[in-house]
Amino acid sequence: MTPITPYHYLVLSAALFMLGVIGVMTRRNIIIIFMSIELMLNAVNINLAAFSQQLHNAVGQVFAIFVVAVAAAEAAIGLGIILAFYRNKETLNIDEMNILRW
Amino acid sequence: MFESILFYTLAAFILGFGVLVVTARNTVHCVVFLVANFLCVAMIYVMLGAEFLAIIQVLVYAGGIVVLYLFVVMLVNLKRGPDAAPDRRRQSRVGFVLAAVMLAEISAILVYSAARPASAVAAAAATPLQTVGNTEVVGMLLYTDYLIPFEVASMLLLVAMIGAILLAKKEI
Amino acid sequence: MRFIWLIPLLPAAGALVNGLFGIRWFSRTVSGLLACATMAGALGLSLWAFSELLGLPADARVHDVVLGHWIPPMALQTAHDIGMFQVPWQFRLDPLSGVMILVVTGVGFLIHVYSTAYMKDEAPGGYARFFSYLNLFCFFMLVLVLGANFLVMFVGWEGVGLCSYLLIGFWYEKKSASDAGKKAFITNRIGDWGFILGMFLVFFTFGTLDFRAVADAAGAMPIESAGFGVLSIICLTLFIGATGKSAQIPLHVWLPDAMEGPTPVSALIHAATMVTAGVYMVARNAVLFQHAPHVMQIVAIVGALTALMAATIGLVQNDIKRVLAYSTVSQLGYMFLATGVGAFAAGIFHLMTHAFFKALLFLGSGSVIHAMAGEQDMQKMGGLRKYMPVTFVTMMIGTLAIAGIPPLAGFFSKDEILYQSFLNNRFLWLIGAVTALLTAFYMFRLILLTFYGTYRGAPWARVAAPAAAMEAAAHGVRHPLDGQAQKDDHEVSHGAADVRAAGHAHAWHGPHESPRAMTVPLMALAVGAIVAGFLGIPQALKGANTIEHFLAPSFESHTAAAREAGAGAAAGAEHGPGAAAAEEGAHHLSTAGELGLMVLSVLIAVAGVLAARRFYFTHPELPDRLAARWRGAHALLFNKYYVDELYDATAIKGTVAGGRGLWTFDRVVIDGAVDGSGWLTRVSAWGSHMFDKHVVDGLVNLVGWIAEEGSFFVRRLQTGLVQNYALLMVVGVFAFLTLYLVAR
Repeated sequence: MTPITPYHYLVLSAALFMLGVIGVMTRRNIIIIFMSIELMLNAVNINLAAFSQQLHNAVGQVFAIFVVAVAAAEAAIGLGIILAFYRNKETLNIDEMNILRW
Repeated sequence: MFESILFYTLAAFILGFGVLVVTARNTVHCVVFLVANFLCVAMIYVMLGAEFLAIIQVLVYAGGIVVLYLFVVMLVNLKRGPDAAPDRRRQSRVGFVLAAVMLAEISAILVYSAARPASAVAAAAATPLQTVGNTEVVGMLLYTDYLIPFEVASMLLLVAMIGAILLAKKEI
Repeated sequence: MRFIWLIPLLPAAGALVNGLFGIRWFSRTVSGLLACATMAGALGLSLWAFSELLGLPADARVHDVVLGHWIPPMALQTAHDIGMFQVPWQFRLDPLSGVMILVVTGVGFLIHVYSTAYMKDEAPGGYARFFSYLNLFCFFMLVLVLGANFLVMFVGWEGVGLCSYLLIGFWYEKKSASDAGKKAFITNRIGDWGFILGMFLVFFTFGTLDFRAVADAAGAMPIESAGFGVLSIICLTLFIGATGKSAQIPLHVWLPDAMEGPTPVSALIHAATMVTAGVYMVARNAVLFQHAPHVMQIVAIVGALTALMAATIGLVQNDIKRVLAYSTVSQLGYMFLATGVGAFAAGIFHLMTHAFFKALLFLGSGSVIHAMAGEQDMQKMGGLRKYMPVTFVTMMIGTLAIAGIPPLAGFFSKDEILYQSFLNNRFLWLIGAVTALLTAFYMFRLILLTFYGTYRGAPWARVAAPAAAMEAAAHGVRHPLDGQAQKDDHEVSHGAADVRAAGHAHAWHGPHESPRAMTVPLMALAVGAIVAGFLGIPQALKGANTIEHFLAPSFESHTAAAREAGAGAAAGAEHGPGAAAAEEGAHHLSTAGELGLMVLSVLIAVAGVLAARRFYFTHPELPDRLAARWRGAHALLFNKYYVDELYDATAIKGTVAGGRGLWTFDRVVIDGAVDGSGWLTRVSAWGSHMFDKHVVDGLVNLVGWIAEEGSFFVRRLQTGLVQNYALLMVVGVFAFLTLYLVAR
């Protein structure tokens, strides 16, 4: 069994990212889509952490922390939007959010 | 050896919970699976020597954000999930296939890169880990080199908080 | 003689003052006095000039006065070379124009005096206007007779035509009067057309318009006895002008209608002076006419036919002025007969005597009409002899004169004409003699109907009771002084006159003698009608025939060479009519023969008088019986041979039809072209509009349409679905990944 290289982490990260993408693409519940986004952010963080360890540079972890902060902000705002949307439309179906056209 | 077993196990859990998050019908279940997922990711951080990040992950993500999600899920309290409605555009399948293909591509790239000998990355990896503790290093960076971004991030969080309050409140 | 230019200018000044100021400000007295004074001045000057003229030797009796240059010399092409066309304001006093100015100023003065009384009932404005016109007429007439060249004469010629028009239509509210004025003017225009053509040809032929120069040049040319040469054409066109002015066939129709004017106008213009202008013009160009014997024949025939025709019409007319009008036409025919047979002096002699007795007759008839309160129908007169003795006597003298009873003026002049035509052409003499018979007949018919017999007119109020006066006024019977001015009240609706007549309670007191201002001119003219003939007592009666010798120089060419050439030509064409007869050598009928002719003409006249007496005095029922028996002939005469109707049916209808045709042409072609261009504009505008709408707008709309329809597909990308955008992002990432994978 080969030792665990950064490539392993990267592949994991990519797989997790793609899971998030699939979630964003396939689900229509906005909350779940947001969760999928969180998955993707986590995949990014794994990536950053992996490179940080690989390069012996803590900057990657610093960025990961910023990502977490931004993710928190995003979650707060996004969930606020979801609540407002729900109050207007009585639904969480992303297909109903279609006034952004023409 | 142990490291490998741990990695694969964690990877399996991460992906498994990820799949569950994406596919679960019940939103509350999703949130729970998401917490599990985050915890596993935290473990990966530990494996990568990013203990501070792992702590943040557990505290902020699993403890803060996910609770926020739970609140919202409880608030909206859907009787019938949006996914019950028919998928009119058949987009999910496209997205699924696309994601799979991209994963394959990325994997191919990575595998190809890994197969290449003596890259700069590999050279850097050869150097030993720093002696200074991880949290200390990160703290030093945050409060020296990245002070301004740090403050900006705090500002961002403040604004997000206000925005969230404004958006969520029924009447201001 | 140096002041002959003042003779026409005095009446001109009178006309100017009366016309500019008199109409608005002068009283009747002032304007009348002014007009009479200018005419008296002109008469005095004329007499002075004439006496001076008589003082000259017979060959030198010519005096020219050049007032100035009208048209400066300019080179114009003539038949032979380049002629200098120049027209000076030149007046010429010679025996012919001397006689004419005496006639015009003498008769004109008397008629002015007469008019002061006759026109009494005009408003002061109309009074001044009348005298202004009358003076203006005299001015133009004097210019006509004094003019030394064709163009100055033509100025007078046109001017008298204008004044004739103005005076015929003096009562222009009356449609018949204004129509008559227009008729006179238009008919005269036809003649003027001939005169103008003649003038053109005169200048083209001779290179000058001066009468004397033309006469000299023409005298040097051979007599055109063989055919129609240029002189004949000149004479023919000039004669057309003369027929228009002097009311000869076929342009005679205007003169009887011209009687719509005031009676003094009829006397002055349409009897004594203007209508004789044609005769004067022919006489003035005597040399030209003598060299065109064929035209002379035409002139004689036209004159004789006119004389006969007008006399026959005069037989049956009932309007006193119309009878006189046809008599005038007839007498003018005589004058042309005289000129046509070469007896120019006889023509002018008759012109002069006729001026006296016809003016006398017209003024007398005016007096009668005046007395009859505007009545002109002789059938409603009768027995007026006892009411107006002066008028009766003077008119009787005029009638005897025109009938040709010796020793009155008409006898001598008419007898001279008949004698000359007898020498020339027996047939023409016959026509003249018949006309003389008819003249005596219809003139005595006039006298008998008017002054003899019993009164047949409207009754009058013998007692001037106010009620009767009012009634009379209401019935339209006027105070005689209202006279002719209101004679057509029932046509003109002259309300003011009614009120005036009624308000003054001027009932008509029956026929009565006219005021002195009218009778004195009558008497003066009667004297003229008696003595004027003594100027021309023929040699057969041991007379001197003064006037013929006096006038003779005016009818000859003046250079000795020309005279010899003319004499030679005359001798060469001995059988040539007119001119040859006028020559001394050809002047032969025995004195006994001449006396016989004279007696014959007197007998003819007496026969006419007796016939009239039988028809209208002793057997008044005869005319009606004759008229009933010869109904067709009577209707023909009564309707003036239907000439008016003929002209109406041909010339007037033709003109109207031509005008209508031109109008139709205008409407269809011109308007059609205009409308067509409008239509074309509209069509092209429509086309341009369509081009704009469909091509230009179409292009713009096409761009818009393309943008819209193109965007129809493009905007499908903008589904508004968040997941769709996410998918596209992923597709983009995928594309880059694939690119990376492939390209590395």
